[in-house]
Amino acid sequence: MNVLVVLIPVSLVLGGLGLIAFVWTLRHDQFSDPEGDAARILLDEDERP
Amino acid sequence: MSVLARDGADAGAQVTKREAQARVVMLSVPQLHCAGCIGKVERALRAEPGIEEARVNLTLKRVTAQTDLAAAALVEVLARAGFEAHPLDMGIVGKDSDPVGRDLAVRMGVAGFAMMNVMLLSVAVWSGAGGVTREMFHLISAAIALPVVGYSAQPFFRSAWSALRGRGLNMDVPISLAIALAAGMSVYEALYGGRHVYFDAALSLTFFLLIGRYLDHRTRAAARSAARELAALESQVAQRMEDGQAVEVALNALRVGDEVLVPTGTRVPVDGRLLSVQAVTDRSFLTGESRAVTSAREAQMRAGEINLGAPFVLCSTAVGEDSSLRRVARLVEAAEAARNSYTGLADRAAQIYAPVVHLLALAAFVGWVSATGDVRHAVNVAIAVLIITCPCALGLAVPAVSTAAIGRLFSMGVLVKSGTALERLASVHHVVFDKTGTLTLPEIGSGLGRLDGAARGVAVALAQQSHHPVARAVAAQLAGTQPAEIDAVEDLAGLGVQARWNGQRVQLGRADWVGGTGVGLSLRVGDAVFALDQDERLRPGAGAAVAGLARQGMTVSLLSGDRAGPVRAVARDLGITEAEAGLSGEEKHARILAHPGPVAMVGDGLNDTAALAAAAASIAPSSALDASRNAADVLLLREGLDALPAVFEIARRARAISMQNFAIAAAYNLIAVPIALAGFATPLIAALAMSASSLTVLLNAVRVGRIRQRPAVVARADLGRVAAGQVMEGQAG
Repeated sequence: MNVLVVLIPVSLVLGGLGLIAFVWTLRHDQFSDPEGDAARILLDEDERP
Repeated sequence: MSVLARDGADAGAQVTKREAQARVVMLSVPQLHCAGCIGKVERALRAEPGIEEARVNLTLKRVTAQTDLAAAALVEVLARAGFEAHPLDMGIVGKDSDPVGRDLAVRMGVAGFAMMNVMLLSVAVWSGAGGVTREMFHLISAAIALPVVGYSAQPFFRSAWSALRGRGLNMDVPISLAIALAAGMSVYEALYGGRHVYFDAALSLTFFLLIGRYLDHRTRAAARSAARELAALESQVAQRMEDGQAVEVALNALRVGDEVLVPTGTRVPVDGRLLSVQAVTDRSFLTGESRAVTSAREAQMRAGEINLGAPFVLCSTAVGEDSSLRRVARLVEAAEAARNSYTGLADRAAQIYAPVVHLLALAAFVGWVSATGDVRHAVNVAIAVLIITCPCALGLAVPAVSTAAIGRLFSMGVLVKSGTALERLASVHHVVFDKTGTLTLPEIGSGLGRLDGAARGVAVALAQQSHHPVARAVAAQLAGTQPAEIDAVEDLAGLGVQARWNGQRVQLGRADWVGGTGVGLSLRVGDAVFALDQDERLRPGAGAAVAGLARQGMTVSLLSGDRAGPVRAVARDLGITEAEAGLSGEEKHARILAHPGPVAMVGDGLNDTAALAAAAASIAPSSALDASRNAADVLLLREGLDALPAVFEIARRARAISMQNFAIAAAYNLIAVPIALAGFATPLIAALAMSASSLTVLLNAVRVGRIRQRPAVVARADLGRVAAGQVMEGQAG
């Protein structure tokens, strides 16, 4: 059962990293235009002025 | 800034920062649907001098531009690129950044993180971990859950507290009680080595309910009061005549008896008596009259009319609070207050649900104490009852459905401003239309089609010489016609343009000046005079909309401020049997109030604003006046009215599915509550019941977007064309 001493902090840290990533995406408006971001990859950059 | 950097991951943040400096114009472009559209719109706007930056938001079908140009100029640029666009009032649609929504999302993320971690530990306990391991897991769970509940569940605690302080009950009271008691009891059990702790239940309750709260917030964020915006419509400065000179003064400096100059193309700032010999004004927003109105000296002019003719002078008779514009604003305010007292489905459910849940928990406690005398066990059972009955699914039942319905309507070009608007739309069986600007659109110079080639050439040549909006509309309509060669051009303000063509006198302007009959636009070529009356045509999709509503078994009527002739013609063309003409804004308001049963009002003018606010639900085209758009629950972003029947259909479907969701939630409770009352509830059963009911409700909500699209009976363009011809006949007769 000693493995728990390692595994529980590991699971908490990993979850915490996910939470930090989520808060970062929120603060940087990553969810303001999901459809547009999906479509923009199809745009041809060369055409831009 | 380079193009590549602009498209980088943090583009959104940079745009937001720069908005503080440059002026930001937001346009709604309902036709946007693919990557190609994004490219075309952004290229078209960036190519325009004076536009610093343009970025499309495809999800919201919106363009944000930083520019010094007016919104109307941007609309023109997009029209050339082939996109219908409407300037957005930043106030209505809400600011780009949404601090409350972001706050809820962060709380949701934190709750989700904690829920998953605690769930991992709980699964170990449920699958048989015992002794010291179980106790340690419980303590770790407590360490995670307590701060998270304290942070994430704050919105519920605050709302419940304010409801209790107001001696009321809302859905948040049982929610807060369940979350707080579940966490509190679990701490006690964890410290004293109890078997069951409910930390995961407290957290998943918080998480699921925050999803509902977030969805609810998103649909509400757009709603705003109409009355505040109405004041912005009034021009803030006026030209006062002092010793024969026009001096610009602030509107609130005007007194009764002041002489006020009204320049061409501006709004009349105050109510007053006309001192000039004659005035031509557009009253369509005030009264719904489609034609320009000619007033003679001593006539009463009202604030809000637009001067179409020569500048005129009036003597003010009412200022500020007494003016007709303010009276409408007060009517709207009163009606809004009445409508805000509408209680949504979710709140009504809560009013029944909350007392039942609390009584049930109390009965469980009293029952177990009197039966066994074991207070700790009785408390556990009572809290288990509270947790299991906690309206997790109820909290999601309505917001999930309205979000799906509003999203579906948005993809059809319909902007719904509040979630309760859908419920009110669903209750309506009678739809009242305004005519001018709603069912019909103004068509300037509709007689142009009857002109021969030479006269058309003259008309376009004359029209190009003037900057008057009517002249520009004529020029736009005749685009492509070779202009005739004219000379000795004179642009006479308030009258029209005159010139010489082949030695003949040619004029384009007001009928009485040109020498024609009526008050509309006329063209003179030598001795011949052509009436180019200002006319109206049916809005595209008007026929399909009325027919579609009738098919749904709804009654339709027409209340217009226009004269009886055109009103009858439009009513006949659309098959509306109930039509009233010549109504003032107050009369429309009274008709709506007097109608038995809930009414939906569709209108755009200032004379509709009070009626829009008084109706159970209201819809305005995006071309409507600011005040009407604010008073309306629903905005039609596209020019056509085709989507109108679908609005009602989706609203009714949304209500039906909300009721189904309540039924699903109740069914889960019917199974789970007896188990909890009998004392057999475990955290595992609570977690299963809660997650299963929440997910079923969410999945059921998605079904609201699936409605059958019925094909229109008649091709839209044809219907508009035919009906427009009949309207003209109606006016002639």
